[in-house]
Amino acid sequence: MHPAPSVIVFTTFSGLGFGLLFWLGLGWPGVTGLSAFAFFTIAYLLAVGGLLASTFHLGHPERAWRAFSQWRTSWLSREGCAAVAALLVMAAYGAGLVFAGQRILWLGWLGAALSIATVFTTAMIYSQLRTVPRWRHWSTPALFLTLSLGGGALLAGQTRFALPLLVLAGLLQAWAWHDGDSRLRRSGTTLATATGLGQIGAVRSFAPPHTGTNYLLREMVHVVGRRHARRLRVIALVLGFALPVVLLLLPFAHWLAALAVLSHLAGVLALRWLFFAEAEHVVGLYYGAHQGQA
Amino acid sequence: MTALPPPSAVRLGLVIDLDTCVGCQACVISCKGWNTENYGAPLSDQDPYGAAPAGTFLNRVHSYEVQPPAAPAQIVHFPKSCLHCADAPCVTVCPTGASYKRAEDGIVLVNEDACIGCGLCAWACPYGAREMDAAAQVMKKCTLCVDRIYNAHLPEEDRVPACVRTCPSGARHFGDLGDPDSAVSRLVEARGGFDLMPEQATRPTNKYLPPRLRDHVEAPSVLAPYLTPVADTPKGFLGWLDRALGALPGGAE
Ligand code: SF4
Ligand code: SF4
Repeated sequence: MHPAPSVIVFTTFSGLGFGLLFWLGLGWPGVTGLSAFAFFTIAYLLAVGGLLASTFHLGHPERAWRAFSQWRTSWLSREGCAAVAALLVMAAYGAGLVFAGQRILWLGWLGAALSIATVFTTAMIYSQLRTVPRWRHWSTPALFLTLSLGGGALLAGQTRFALPLLVLAGLLQAWAWHDGDSRLRRSGTTLATATGLGQIGAVRSFAPPHTGTNYLLREMVHVVGRRHARRLRVIALVLGFALPVVLLLLPFAHWLAALAVLSHLAGVLALRWLFFAEAEHVVGLYYGAHQGQA
Repeated sequence: MTALPPPSAVRLGLVIDLDTCVGCQACVISCKGWNTENYGAPLSDQDPYGAAPAGTFLNRVHSYEVQPPAAPAQIVHFPKSCLHCADAPCVTVCPTGASYKRAEDGIVLVNEDACIGCGLCAWACPYGAREMDAAAQVMKKCTLCVDRIYNAHLPEEDRVPACVRTCPSGARHFGDLGDPDSAVSRLVEARGGFDLMPEQATRPTNKYLPPRLRDHVEAPSVLAPYLTPVADTPKGFLGWLDRALGALPGGAE
């Protein structure tokens, strides 16, 4: 798939923002007043900024309100609904903390549940697609959730949760890459089933239907060099997980914590780029792509 | 609503004969023409006369080479457009309700006024049947020429999709695949019509007819005896001439 900057930024930043809101809702850290204001501002900048970035890839952002209507069938619609609900509930909860110094327990728990549900719905937008075998797997929501919870805990300064979650997310990511590399092959979709000509013999794309490019090729047929991908995977693992874990284990200092956050952010941006760029859409088969794997 | 309607009795669709298609691209052009002038936003082109032209098409014709284990390779021309799937994943993923499947005949359409251009439906379609128009920024797809097939202003013979009407080799058939006695259903039955990517569980309405097996040249032709030379050694005057000429320098040995 085409790794569009708007979706990479959206999933990375709003994932972190909703992760932070989750911990704030649970009362870790149990902040009030000005420091609560600072935490909530960061969380809203990340979550809302990410959501706004996602509207940049819409052809008609002015009609975005329509996307709240189809929650019965559409994960994208559910995500919109969950995000708005989470932001409204957490705003009420945050206002209580900042202005009244009051922690309304049940409101915080509701907001935390809605925040994490939002991340789940984001993951399901990708995970539901049978057309992208690499994504259609339980590890997709599992990774989105551990990354959001781990990154959120890192931002919330909850080292005891951040450490195990980041280690878990790193291991899961490494395994998901390894396992994901063979998912297209194991899905059983090949040029032979795509054309139905496999009964007769070996099928090969002889001539494409158009001499130039088109929407399908630009959007869905993106091929990354294997060496390039391997190098980026290592960078993502080191920046996203290894370095932040080491920094968290060092004696606490604010600049170390800030460095851990920045490093994690860079790592997640790199792995999200790979998440899209490496995802093989079966339509590529019609154009003779992914033949090595299928 | 993006919930799929209960299965309809009438299921309109196409049957495409891979044996007959000659890859002339006439259906591609007639589709582009009709759908640019009629239903919805026109199918735009970008840089049409420049170095890198690109554009929106609802129907495209690929060409494949098939290599049977013990016969010469075959070229198969392969037209592909929306298959109007019974379990259309493109419809259920749509967040706005712009994509829908008609309850009465199973045609899958996009209400362009409600489409936000998110592109998720195109991601959900395994066949590459949906293209976002770069000028209108809304999703375009085959409408099965819904504005022709029911159009009482057109002469009877034109009330079929533009691609079917134009195909010079009769490789495209239109009809009700929900009716087992329709001409298209009987054709599918007789020729072993198949689904594309059945493992994607979309249950397409459109069917493809396989190319027929090619002849193998093993025994000599039945006409061969009539083609063999009547006399291989000339006799009489011709025989004398042949021998005489052969005796000259540079003649037959
Ligand atoms: S062919 Fe693609 S666009 Fe058409 S109904 Fe099936 S999934 Fe939807
Ligand atoms: S591009 Fe339009 S039709 Fe397709 S899913 Fe998005 S809103 Fe629905």
